[in-house]
Amino acid sequence: MPSDVFAADPFLPDLYRVGKVRRELADAVTLELEPQSGPRPDFRPGQFNMLYAFGVGEVAISMSASARLGTGFVHTVRNAGAVSGALARLEPGATLGVRGPFGTGWPVVKAEGRDVLIVAGGLGLAPLRPAIQDVLAHRERYGRVTILVGCRSPHDILYQHDLEEWRQRLDVTVEVTVDHAGTDWHGDVGFVTTLIPRSPFDPDKTVAMVCGPEVMMRFAASALLKAGVPASEIHLSMERNMKCAIGLCGHCQFGPTFVCKDGPVFPLDRISGLLAVQEI
Amino acid sequence: MQDIRPDTSHVVIDAHGLQCLIDALSQDGRRVVGPTVRDEAIVYDDIAGLGSLPRGWTDRQEAGRYALERREDEACFGYVVGPHSWKKFLFPPVETLWKARREDDGTMAVSRPERPADRFAFIGVRACEIEAIAIQDRVFEQGPYTDTAYAARRSDAFIVAVNCGQAGGTCFCVSMETGPRATHGFDLALTEMIEGAEHRFLVEIGSEEGRSVMAQVPHVRADEARIGAASAIVERTAAQMGRHLDTDGLKELLQGNLEHPRWDDVADRCLTCANCTMVCPTCFCSTVEDHSDLANREAERVRKWDSCFTMDFSYIHGGSVRASTASRYRQWMTHKLANWIDQFGTSGCVGCGRCITWCPVGIDLTQEAAAIRATPGEGRS
Repeated sequence: MPSDVFAADPFLPDLYRVGKVRRELADAVTLELEPQSGPRPDFRPGQFNMLYAFGVGEVAISMSASARLGTGFVHTVRNAGAVSGALARLEPGATLGVRGPFGTGWPVVKAEGRDVLIVAGGLGLAPLRPAIQDVLAHRERYGRVTILVGCRSPHDILYQHDLEEWRQRLDVTVEVTVDHAGTDWHGDVGFVTTLIPRSPFDPDKTVAMVCGPEVMMRFAASALLKAGVPASEIHLSMERNMKCAIGLCGHCQFGPTFVCKDGPVFPLDRISGLLAVQEI
Repeated sequence: MQDIRPDTSHVVIDAHGLQCLIDALSQDGRRVVGPTVRDEAIVYDDIAGLGSLPRGWTDRQEAGRYALERREDEACFGYVVGPHSWKKFLFPPVETLWKARREDDGTMAVSRPERPADRFAFIGVRACEIEAIAIQDRVFEQGPYTDTAYAARRSDAFIVAVNCGQAGGTCFCVSMETGPRATHGFDLALTEMIEGAEHRFLVEIGSEEGRSVMAQVPHVRADEARIGAASAIVERTAAQMGRHLDTDGLKELLQGNLEHPRWDDVADRCLTCANCTMVCPTCFCSTVEDHSDLANREAERVRKWDSCFTMDFSYIHGGSVRASTASRYRQWMTHKLANWIDQFGTSGCVGCGRCITWCPVGIDLTQEAAAIRATPGEGRS
């Protein structure tokens, strides 16, 4: 056995330093991470990292800004458990561990020449934002671009500054709906799937990218199929418990697939049979 | 089944020769592990020689039943398989992946543990267990990422196989085409032969390293009669299988019956105790635990065996994906017998029967598969 057998130990994290921290929602922050040594690896929209909080653990978090926009990683983290809570409390200058990038990405290149339909539920907008940024960076390569966002309430709308910027462009359609709202909300109320039938896209030449809670993605997939988008052109980002991200721990199995290496982004035609099964 | 051909790759040793073999491996700096009797079972642990082996013992196995019994002879390998497998050495139940240290200024450093020192010699590896090791090799070494600590231990391991002289009540290696003869993946393969007072082992040499170790062990050449007699022992074992699993189209059968009522039926019996996954020689699922000292300066990341039968296994914010027992048993069995084929190009089952023997309520996956085969396509009521 060569002595460099440990040279590429995939369990070992690289060290990154927290740069800017931006509070997005009451329970979510966006962290900008810069490598402590060497260049950040390249990555594709939709891929994820394992972020390690000292002494607490690792959690899988998607990149939430395009690789072209900086020299580090950007992650939006919601305080939903011990590890994500510790990450959400990190302050500028803190060190954390990063392994990645892992997994499949959104079909941003494959979507060139076609209409692009983004459907996000809640924090699901975070993994989609790098795809939106890359599409808009080469806007002329795409047909119609539509961004549909659904949130629980107006207080849960992520990246309001980005949504406003995208809305002001004449070449992007942005629709936001909330599940429930007070009288000061003048936008749509209802599930994000209700926006699909009235959105401007040609189902025969559309690539749809969907991310949100699994139940939301199931309904969105149904609505997109009903609108005539082929299953092979509908892409979902799945979530399962994940310990290693490298196909060794077994936790993220979703039927015959491993979400960490076969996903997280799957074309619907590959997983539609599994999506219909409870507790799979 | 292949014939064992009479050539220089076969020699004969006696019980003293077996002790010499263990000594030679030990003197080579290896950690020699093999079968030994402990807590009324035959387990795998460090052995010093013949005295450590389960001489004169056999095991009787049925669904949910395991008992040791005395044999009429002094066979060293006259049992089938126990609750342990070699996985506990190559893929330890608890292993530190790395340690981290945090300084006052908030910076952090990560260090990996020293390379594991153990160069193992495994004594008494059954054909089904060789296949189980090969299956874990595919998981840990042949995917997009390699578990480097596993790979180091694995490449150093010296394997002394034993061809099975008898089958157990829960064995079905013939169905899985993994035994009872070791045909590859060993350095040496023994067939134990006892006739009256004569106690001999036919040794098949499977590697150059095996050949050089045998040069240190007193032996004689094997004649054709001896090789033929050894073959007959293994053939007799193949005819004794306690269980049978029909693997024809099994992957499609299970993947096409995810809503079969049998999953609810087995859930009424299953305790979700995870015994089947702990004794399985191929189950590879693990979790990680993070610890730190009271000052929160030193931390370590420890990997531990995990089981798809626990609630925590599938937990994501909001709850467990697989909350019901039916869904967890379905996950285990469809993974083992069906999805594994999609993932790794081979079944995850080697037919060793441990999951049947060590299930406290005697659930038998060969019966569960047969029940689904008997009424395929049924939906859940």
